Amino acid sequence: MPPIETPSISRRCLVAAGAASAAATASPLAATAASNADAPVLAKVSFEINGKPQTLELDTRTTLLDALREHLKLTGTKKGCDHGQCGACTVIVEGRRINSCLSLAVMHEGDRVTTIEGLGAPDRLHPMQAAFVKHDGYQCGYCTPGQICSAVAVLDEIKAGIPSHVSADLTASPEVSGEELRERMSGNICRCGAYSNIVEAITEVAGRTA
Amino acid sequence: MKFDTPATTNPIDQLKIIGKSTDRIDGPHKTSGLATYAYEHHDVAPSPVYGFVIGAAIAKGRITSMDTSKALAAPGVLAIVTAANAGKLGKGRFNTAKLLGGPEIEHYHQAIAVVVAETFEQARAAASLVKVDYARAQGRFDLAQAKPGATRPKDSADAVVGDFATAFAAAPVQLDETYVTPDQSHAMMEPHASIAIWNGDKLTLWTSNQMIAWSVGDVAQTLGIPKANVRLVSPFIGGGFGGKLFVRADAILAALGARAARRPVKLALTRPLIFNNTTHRPATIQRIRLGATKEGKLTAIGHGTWSGDLEGGGPEDAVQQTRLLYAGANRLMTTRLAVLDLPEGNAMRAPGEAPGLMALEVAMDELAEKLGIDPVALRILNDTQVDPEKPERPFSQRQLIQCLRTGADRFGWAKRRAPAQTRDGRWLVGVGVAAAFRNNLTMTSAARVRLDKDGVVTVETDMTDIGTGSYTIIAQTAAEMMGVPLSQVSVKLGDSSFPVSSGSGGQWGGNSSTAGVYAACVKLREAVAQKLGFDPSLAKFADSQVSAGGRSLPLAQAAGKAGLTAEDKMEYGDLAKTHQQSTFGAHFVEVGVDAATGEIRVRRMLAVCAAGRILNPKSARSQVIGAMTMGVGGALMEELVVDKRLGFFVNHDLAGYEVPVHADIPHQEVIFLDETDPMSSPMKAKGVGELGICGVAAAVANAVHNATGVRVRHYPVTLDKLLDRLPRVA
Repeated sequence: MPPIETPSISRRCLVAAGAASAAATASPLAATAASNADAPVLAKVSFEINGKPQTLELDTRTTLLDALREHLKLTGTKKGCDHGQCGACTVIVEGRRINSCLSLAVMHEGDRVTTIEGLGAPDRLHPMQAAFVKHDGYQCGYCTPGQICSAVAVLDEIKAGIPSHVSADLTASPEVSGEELRERMSGNICRCGAYSNIVEAITEVAGRTA
Repeated sequence: MKFDTPATTNPIDQLKIIGKSTDRIDGPHKTSGLATYAYEHHDVAPSPVYGFVIGAAIAKGRITSMDTSKALAAPGVLAIVTAANAGKLGKGRFNTAKLLGGPEIEHYHQAIAVVVAETFEQARAAASLVKVDYARAQGRFDLAQAKPGATRPKDSADAVVGDFATAFAAAPVQLDETYVTPDQSHAMMEPHASIAIWNGDKLTLWTSNQMIAWSVGDVAQTLGIPKANVRLVSPFIGGGFGGKLFVRADAILAALGARAARRPVKLALTRPLIFNNTTHRPATIQRIRLGATKEGKLTAIGHGTWSGDLEGGGPEDAVQQTRLLYAGANRLMTTRLAVLDLPEGNAMRAPGEAPGLMALEVAMDELAEKLGIDPVALRILNDTQVDPEKPERPFSQRQLIQCLRTGADRFGWAKRRAPAQTRDGRWLVGVGVAAAFRNNLTMTSAARVRLDKDGVVTVETDMTDIGTGSYTIIAQTAAEMMGVPLSQVSVKLGDSSFPVSSGSGGQWGGNSSTAGVYAACVKLREAVAQKLGFDPSLAKFADSQVSAGGRSLPLAQAAGKAGLTAEDKMEYGDLAKTHQQSTFGAHFVEVGVDAATGEIRVRRMLAVCAAGRILNPKSARSQVIGAMTMGVGGALMEELVVDKRLGFFVNHDLAGYEVPVHADIPHQEVIFLDETDPMSSPMKAKGVGELGICGVAAAVANAVHNATGVRVRHYPVTLDKLLDRLPRVA
């Protein structure tokens, strides 16, 4: 498959291209070997994490996730799979949730990033954090920061009128229904299986803020 | 303290704090990202170096050469540890294969090297430069093919009662079917991870482990150092489900890497490595034969199970529940084990019972259909209140019938119709039921409790909280015993410098660890009473006061400046031998099956559980709904697909190994029957965390049958197994 080069590249194309290039680079070890033997390329990145300006000089291979966890020591954002399959690393960048493991830190020059630590702390919990405690929307706690960041962003997405796979009418305003929440939250795996409680927690917060 | 006579009234029975739905005390930390997991202890290792683990690319054979020169020359690389330079390593008591393989390879993705570098990115890049050549050997990877050569494991006697063959042959109604359950993976969200720090010859590991004391022993044994030189710390564990009962490669390779690099090392197994490198629930083939009278009384019960494991490994004992669940005079249970060269099999949530009930409870559904008897009624008809193999041994508590009846009533079971008769738009709708059964185990467990001058009670025990709620129920126990509010209790867990607990596994942790805290608190109460001049047998502990004979003093006064400490453990006598201790439940499930595509959606779920005293209904309910969710996974999607040529699990990540997501799980209902079990411990509690998964998959499979008329005996029940047999679309 030829590389897709178009100025108006869509997210869907990017995903397809990513998959294709991953497949292509899986075998020729020698090619990656040459570049790996070189000294790491460092680059500066400045962004705003939880309202605080931060500047880091990073190996350009560093993901946003590892920049947060290893360099800024904000370990609330979790590494569950490191390749976009579990959602434990979800953070909110410029108001939208992303998997921070799928994003290089240096791509976020100037971005405003909100992590779980930026939402609230034990003595001043964000309403979503408090609702998770009240509804026992977690067990081991490892997927929890990602679930909460996702949940906060999901309610904003619904408020902004962004439809989902289960929205019956793409032009109507989506509602905060169990079905919508379950669909939108499905990128955040909870192996302890707290889903039923998580949906109740989000529903309560939605009712409060709606 | 020894528990060898049934519990009588004790301070726990006040139920001021125990038995109340209580928010987790660690909740605010978990929800704000401040609970610290194994990889995250920046406080103890502010500038660690990073390890990256390499797994074997063959399932069986030898490494013929390994060239690490390029990797060693790569930027930032500090050390590479392989079997060739690691020094002599032992093997842990709980491990089957070596945690560092080479030159012999025992299974695919067995760890063969750890690359240690200044940064994670450097370690990962350098790992790709290690060149390994292998000589692949012939392996055995197909359970069905290995089945004829399977043998009886040495610790597993056949369970024989009466004359099964004759009774089965004579039974007017017979069922003889074979069921297959696949290999499954724990897939907990937190990868296996460790930070290792050496201080001289003393090693501290911050790791993610369910059983601290077992694992201290196995780390010491593997590294060939005294147990006294090993400390394990595991305050928060991002899920385990049995996959973190044992020491795995992350801990050993972090220790070896740290020794070689002379720096603190942190490492986590990458997600794609975990599925083949660590343990899994082994696949089973199960043959079930049931003989019954025309009225539905079981006269013959036969259950044989076959599974495979590496040489020296153990079986998946899928007949356990069948030995105890239903009455029937003639019984034959057999467990057989084949040698396979797949990754190591071991315990996953409700080992034995979970896959066993996936088969048995479908067989019961099939028998009910043959008999023309309601599946709930058939189970009630064959209830037993005694161990069917030893009728002189009653169950301590057994409310299976009540679970079934309560559930049937609440679920609207009476509206159930014959298979393939209920339609809701495009959906074929069906309901299914299954019994839940899991034994209750008690384990010796110790704790230390300290009262300080402010009246704060601090509990220390090496017990772990794997999401089960240990922190909270231990705090509830100490608060109830010492007569203080929950906010006056501090709980410290998961450190091998604390007294040895039961650990978390086999759903024994909740009851056992709190019983250990109970024992320590009894001792502390005695010390407090003595200090304040009260008769310990009369002193009442309430509202942070101690009182007796009309006199009342603040609890804190007993502590003085120095504080007051007590330590004890709970040990168990013969009550588990004289009485069978088990937990019971009933699962009810409604599914919709798309009439055209065969897509299966779970629409409703209800569990009714009878499991002794429920210490915290909120966290206990979470245990059960979580287990129900994993049960849906087992029913509909979870399967490690075996490459039978090359001998590995193909779908070794979270996209290929599908587990339930939000969209798969409806609102779930759980009912706990009122029960206390004085045979289990002074807490009168039992376990629920594994009971919740037992029978769920069968209830789903039975619901699919009720919806479609199609019986699937080969898990997971996926649409391709239904499609050519669905009712004709009108």
